[in-house]
Amino acid sequence: MDLAYSDEYEAYRVEVRSFLEENKDRAPAVGEHRTRSAREWQQLLIERGYAACIVPRRYGGAGLQPDILRSRILAEEFACARVPAGDSGDDRIVPVLLELGTEEQRQFFVGPSVRGEISWCQGYSEPGSGSDLASLQTRAHVDGDDFVVNGSKIWTSGAKTAEWMFCLVRTEPDEPKHQGISYLLISMDSPGIEVRPLKQMTGDSQFNEVFFTDCRVPITSIVGKRGEGWFVANATLKHERGGLGDPDEAEKRFGYVLDLMKEETINGQRIIDIPSYRDRAMALQGRILSMKFNGMRCLSHDIKGEDPGLARWIVKLQGCELNHQVAGLAIDVMGELGVLYDDSPHLRDRGLWQHRFMMDLGLIIGGGTAQIQKNLIGERVLGLPKEPKFEQPI
Amino acid sequence: MEFLLDPAQLMLQQSVARFLQSQCALDRVREIADAEQTIADDVYESARDLEIPGILIPEKFGGVGLGFLEAALIAETLGYAVAPVPFTATSVMAPTALLAGGSDAQKTEWLPRLASGEKTLAVGVTEQIARRTGYGVTALDGKLDGTAMFVLEAMEADAYLLADAAGAFHLVAGDAPGLDRNKLKTVDRTRSVAEVSLDSTPAEVLPGSVGNGEPLHATIDAGRLMLAADTLGAAQAMLNQAVAYAKERRQFNRPIGSFQAVKHMCSEMAAELEPCRSLVWYAAHSVAAIPSEARLMICHAKAHLAEVGQFVARTATEVHGGMGFTDLLGLHYWFKRIGFNRQMLGGPELIRDDAARAQGLLADSPG
Repeated sequence: MDLAYSDEYEAYRVEVRSFLEENKDRAPAVGEHRTRSAREWQQLLIERGYAACIVPRRYGGAGLQPDILRSRILAEEFACARVPAGDSGDDRIVPVLLELGTEEQRQFFVGPSVRGEISWCQGYSEPGSGSDLASLQTRAHVDGDDFVVNGSKIWTSGAKTAEWMFCLVRTEPDEPKHQGISYLLISMDSPGIEVRPLKQMTGDSQFNEVFFTDCRVPITSIVGKRGEGWFVANATLKHERGGLGDPDEAEKRFGYVLDLMKEETINGQRIIDIPSYRDRAMALQGRILSMKFNGMRCLSHDIKGEDPGLARWIVKLQGCELNHQVAGLAIDVMGELGVLYDDSPHLRDRGLWQHRFMMDLGLIIGGGTAQIQKNLIGERVLGLPKEPKFEQPI
Repeated sequence: MEFLLDPAQLMLQQSVARFLQSQCALDRVREIADAEQTIADDVYESARDLEIPGILIPEKFGGVGLGFLEAALIAETLGYAVAPVPFTATSVMAPTALLAGGSDAQKTEWLPRLASGEKTLAVGVTEQIARRTGYGVTALDGKLDGTAMFVLEAMEADAYLLADAAGAFHLVAGDAPGLDRNKLKTVDRTRSVAEVSLDSTPAEVLPGSVGNGEPLHATIDAGRLMLAADTLGAAQAMLNQAVAYAKERRQFNRPIGSFQAVKHMCSEMAAELEPCRSLVWYAAHSVAAIPSEARLMICHAKAHLAEVGQFVARTATEVHGGMGFTDLLGLHYWFKRIGFNRQMLGGPELIRDDAARAQGLLADSPG
């Protein structure tokens, strides 16, 4: 057990830190996308090997070998300097195209994606197909040189701004449900696509519904073969699932809650000095630390090329739950002030905690619900038998 | 950067697990518990052969000279087997106290004997954590008076290491005049605790613990870490048994583990327990490597394992249905061991206050 970074990595950290000190004035604001300065910043990061690290040079990336510790140091230093980390293009689609796309698809999409010239949305979930995603009903049939797509998608974040969608559609209705799906790349400019924003409980609209009516997509837009879409999609889900429930995020947010507990007072007493609140905070801190060290353990396995097993499978379930509880504690610490929202007077932290409390519940549900996570842990890790299935024809 | 057990640590844990599997199966635990013994002499003999009692004691005093992580791995394995052998007090807390506060003569006299397992020491610190009215030990002119409650591993001990009201440690011989020892029967028949009363009983103070709280706190930390690790092992054993039972037991023509209600209970136990392993590792590793964090991490390990242990103990019993409630399966030995670990050396509420204190959040915190 050795928690120190080797000299090579410490030197890398120093290099990244000094780059950020020298250049952070050139960085775009957090959340700024698609502007000239954002594109120039991205190009600089790629040149330095700080973005699109493992994307080959011939497709516009930095062309470096994968290095888990370097990636982590990059993420830590960018977060610490509060500078937006470089896009690797889209974490979900770029790796899939590199792994399974045709040469034409890679040439056409990967460069513009990593340079931030095009953005993507994900067309998986449907109104009738959530946890049971493989039952999806959006269909595509071949007509001449095109697929003709009909149906609808839901929970599509970024559909209003994205140029492209990677999308699952049923092309082989006579095959068993997992084998009847294909993976298409659809231009959001295509005729026959309508995007309707979906207002969520926070009051924002990050998600959309997308409707397809006789939308024509060239048959060359398929990734993998017809009927292989489920396999292709699982390659991307793997990339998405890794990111939800980051324990370092929970630890950082908890630090802010402790500050809040020292600042807020009731009847002249600081909240941190009230034993019941303090006890609850300490119980939560214990849980957060256990997940933080669990993350260090996963990272150590990853570095050695080993599968962390159960330690990794629990991250989404436990991490999202912890974030939700951190926000819940912050709200209770504020009491009545905790329900203030929008632009109310006396608002604390810009109403952030109520927003997070709701968003984190959304994340407990999204990306594979907590209940689906428990099925996966039970079946794939503990080896418990599956529930008998009652298959309906699709 | 590598936060994993190394091959030597894995081998140590495996060899202890193998010996316990062969010599300390549930039948043997049951015999000891039913006979109201608190130590399986044959199992302890083998533990001595494996040099378990000397794990933490430096080589110059005849020990193995390993660290708290190795000790925690052993505690975890003992918990997994609900092993009725002394460890926490005599092999971890007592050496910690002696090394931190003992004179050279005391170290030379006691450490080699503890390392070989020839002698064992019980440890009494309860009154320094949660003193009850009318209890506690006072020291005057080399004599002790009063009563120490919940002295750990007391029934098999050759001598006692007791903390007085000022937090100094005293060595008291088992046959010292004025000493009376009463066994306290707990739900956990695999450990022993006693009430030790003293009436002008001669004792030998650990000089380094006079006017210096550090030996006491280091000793309490060491004990808490071992109890957390013990619970980790015991809870893992219960989870494994629950999963095995859920695969095998059939109702409504299918294994009960195929029902989501039962499957999710198992997954929740696994999801709660697995990160505790990393917490125990980190807390144990920090004692030598990152001492400034050690107390906080140990407090969290003890308090969090108390909660998760209780959740697993209860849930694993429920997965077994009516069988879980019977004596037949013996699941209750783990349930009770986890319950014992939760209360000893401070329950979770008390320890979470210590965690707050360790990071300067309480008004009376240092700094």
